[in-house]
Amino acid sequence: MKDQHLVTIEVNGREHELLLDARRTLADTLREDLGLTGTHLGCEHGICGACTVLLDDQPVRSCLVFGVQADGHQVRTVESLADGDQLSDLQQAFSDHHGLQCGFCTPGFLMLAEAYLETEPEGGPQEVREVLSANLCRCTGYQGIVEAVTVVAADRREKAAVTQRAGDA
Amino acid sequence: MIEQVGQSIPRKEDHRLLTGQGTFGADAQFPRMLRARVVRSPVAHGRIAGIDTTAARALPGVVDVVTAADLPSDLRIPVRIKVQDIDLDDHLQPVLARTDVRYVGEPVAVVVAEDAYVAEDAAQLVVVDIDEENIIIDMDDALDQHTIADFHLGFGDVESAFTAAKHVVALDFSVGRHSAIPMETRALTVDYAAGTDSMEVYGATKVPVFNRRVLAGMLQMDESAIRMRAVDTGGAFGVRGEFYPEDFLVPWLARRLRRAVAWVEDRAEHFVAINHSREQRHHLEVAFDDEGIILGLRADVRHDNGAYVRTHGIIVPELTLAMLPGPYRVPAYDGRVRVVLTNKTPCGTYRAPGRFEGTAAREQLLDLAAATLGIGRVEIRRKNLLTSAELPHARAMSTLGTDIVLDSGDYVGLFDRALARVDELGWNDLRERGRAEGRRLGLGVCAFLEKSGLGPHETADVQITNTGRIRVHSGGTSLGQGIETVLAQIAADQFGVSADLVDVVNGDTLLQPYGAGSWASRSTVLSGNAVRGAGREVADRLRDLGSQMLESAPEDLEVADGVVRVRGTTTNAVSLAQVWQAAQPGSRWLRPDEPAGLAARHRFSVDHMTYPYGVHVGLVEVDPGTGGVTVLRYLIAYEVGRAVNPALVEGQLRGGMSQGLGGALLEQFRYDQSGQPQTTTFIDYLMPTASEVPVVEVVLREDAPATTNPIGARGAGEGGLTGTGAALASAVSDALGLTSMDALPMDPAFLVQALATAANGVERLASQVNHYEVVCE
Repeated sequence: MKDQHLVTIEVNGREHELLLDARRTLADTLREDLGLTGTHLGCEHGICGACTVLLDDQPVRSCLVFGVQADGHQVRTVESLADGDQLSDLQQAFSDHHGLQCGFCTPGFLMLAEAYLETEPEGGPQEVREVLSANLCRCTGYQGIVEAVTVVAADRREKAAVTQRAGDA
Repeated sequence: MIEQVGQSIPRKEDHRLLTGQGTFGADAQFPRMLRARVVRSPVAHGRIAGIDTTAARALPGVVDVVTAADLPSDLRIPVRIKVQDIDLDDHLQPVLARTDVRYVGEPVAVVVAEDAYVAEDAAQLVVVDIDEENIIIDMDDALDQHTIADFHLGFGDVESAFTAAKHVVALDFSVGRHSAIPMETRALTVDYAAGTDSMEVYGATKVPVFNRRVLAGMLQMDESAIRMRAVDTGGAFGVRGEFYPEDFLVPWLARRLRRAVAWVEDRAEHFVAINHSREQRHHLEVAFDDEGIILGLRADVRHDNGAYVRTHGIIVPELTLAMLPGPYRVPAYDGRVRVVLTNKTPCGTYRAPGRFEGTAAREQLLDLAAATLGIGRVEIRRKNLLTSAELPHARAMSTLGTDIVLDSGDYVGLFDRALARVDELGWNDLRERGRAEGRRLGLGVCAFLEKSGLGPHETADVQITNTGRIRVHSGGTSLGQGIETVLAQIAADQFGVSADLVDVVNGDTLLQPYGAGSWASRSTVLSGNAVRGAGREVADRLRDLGSQMLESAPEDLEVADGVVRVRGTTTNAVSLAQVWQAAQPGSRWLRPDEPAGLAARHRFSVDHMTYPYGVHVGLVEVDPGTGGVTVLRYLIAYEVGRAVNPALVEGQLRGGMSQGLGGALLEQFRYDQSGQPQTTTFIDYLMPTASEVPVVEVVLREDAPATTNPIGARGAGEGGLTGTGAALASAVSDALGLTSMDALPMDPAFLVQALATAANGVERLASQVNHYEVVCE
């Protein structure tokens, strides 16, 4: 007898009602039940970070979270970043700085970086490197990824400052 | 339109990969798809007494469990690249072990179930009864009984060279077993059509046309009934895309069960199943005259190939010997290699095969020689590098079936340019300042030779579509290197359009049945020139049809800015879409005997490889307490001939360096005494993170276009890795005051011990510091 549970998960702004095996990972739920194959599985033991998604705005390894644990919570995946065909600032920066080659680790890095950027960090290269050390990339040597995240951190800070000034005025 | 080749245009691959719309091996999904799980040997060597699949079969959801007894015959996977005329048939890997297992991880059975979780449960219920036998883990224990190949490469009179020598320097050097470990594990999905007994295989890559031939032969099917589709690939680096047991088993099971079957390797499997690489021990001797000029070189290499011979046969040991003399003037050379089998995962190529190992060993030998002869590490290299006047330089030996002719270049020029840049960047001063503060800083340098553009041929199709776009069907495969973008740039230039107007399909055997694949840094050179050739033929056809449409002679027409026009005019023109229309059946422009459409297939052939070259410089700091090595600065100078997309070339070099850093400092597959692998997670197998990999300064040069192909490209896939072990070893020995290192990876425990030894030998340390002043010149 399977141990199954009816859960409700909000993924990328849409609510889904799903009947899940208790042991089914969030990663498999996203990839196979919802067809969101942008989330990749690189190690299934929580080290490589390719499967990183945001659970209530916090980066998590979706290979280490069960689908049932996301019941009643919000999940964001790489598919949420672009606005139609329009890449987000972070996605565009990855392309501009050659921050991806094979692209397999990329969704995990994007979601990790997005969560970090949403904390409105100072975002110096050293801190960015430390944060990005959470995930593994085998192709790029990380330089383009670090540059992309550093640039976006600065851009978003600048934009926030402009908005702030406009608000003050 | 500005010429596309030479521009760092954004990659065509990026949009889909950034938005999660790429299709990787595990992303192809089909209705009622079954999942396969491989049962692997838990012991390193033994005879199979029995395999009990009863419990596994009884589990609800299990559809099939197969062992070697179910296979059509004793199938073994053939060697893809045969060299040296050595018969290796007795050592080929079976698709499932029948009588014996020879390494932990060897496939012995496969479970197929409705669900991946159930398949994994069932796999654990398969009972494999194995009578264990003696194992061999250390390659030197295998030399007597298990040497499967023993051969020499070389030229010149080595005996006389050593007899005449004023100095002979010898070094023993070993390289640890490690491998590519791409971020995506292997994955195959096979969609089987019972009605036509045909299949589509998703996830094959690198050499899909070759693999289709092997698969068709094993399945006894006509190869036209099999379509291989190389989808997006999460890194390959030599290991991925070769024909492994699963490349037979998954298609065979799909046909047997008449349903789609998917198999996704998990990471623990990957660590024991994917080709390992690099494990070699070198004994090198070099003879010098009294001026420090090399007279001769001897190499005695032992190569651990693991339990079987796989598709690469013995090309890694052959390449090791062939490339060992590097960019230096070596008048006489004798290299011997013995290839042995042990009870570990079988080996194959990993990015820069044979060159990472050989370059590290040779460059350490030169560091040791510099200390022995009392000359600087820079000086000894500069004295012995081949000069541009000495090129082309033929070495009377061959590798991969092609003679070695170092085509052209300026090795000394690039070496000096790299050192000048290091000086400009102030790295010598950094080292001195750090040392003055009592820190253990070291600067290391190496020179290396690469190889690329291996033929003998590659095929590409170019066609014009109904909307006037350009479509390329390439025989290469997309492995993350950006080959879609590079080929689009090359194709675009044949029509004077933006690369945005070009669509590239790689590695689909239905569309391109003659492709030779992407490996050995060959695709820009081989596929690139094939695309160029096909594009030119299509452009000729455009002019031919255009001349009728525009009522002008073909020689008065040009194909530019995406139109065919009378030279020197802008209005007297027809668009590519209009010419496409004119090439359709029934068009009045199409002669009755003329085939419809605007397409050409071109085969580019080349006899010789081209040889890129480079210089690596690294600045490291060794923590005397922990033996930890931090790479503070790193520079790669590289001659690429022609950079189709400079940003992508730099990306290749930086990524390669990161892998080389892993092999030099962190990564090693370890085994215990019973042959059990000790590195089967990313907790044990340490891949570099963003904290370990420094910013890499790149000096990219296009001073010496290759003379072996019209584009002039030299290939860029491997040179970022080739010199990393050598340069970091050189830097660490400089930091510790040693004459040379003798092993990679450089183990922290060894470095701590070496520091203690060096502290006792103050004199040795002092003399080493003197040698190093040469670097600062």
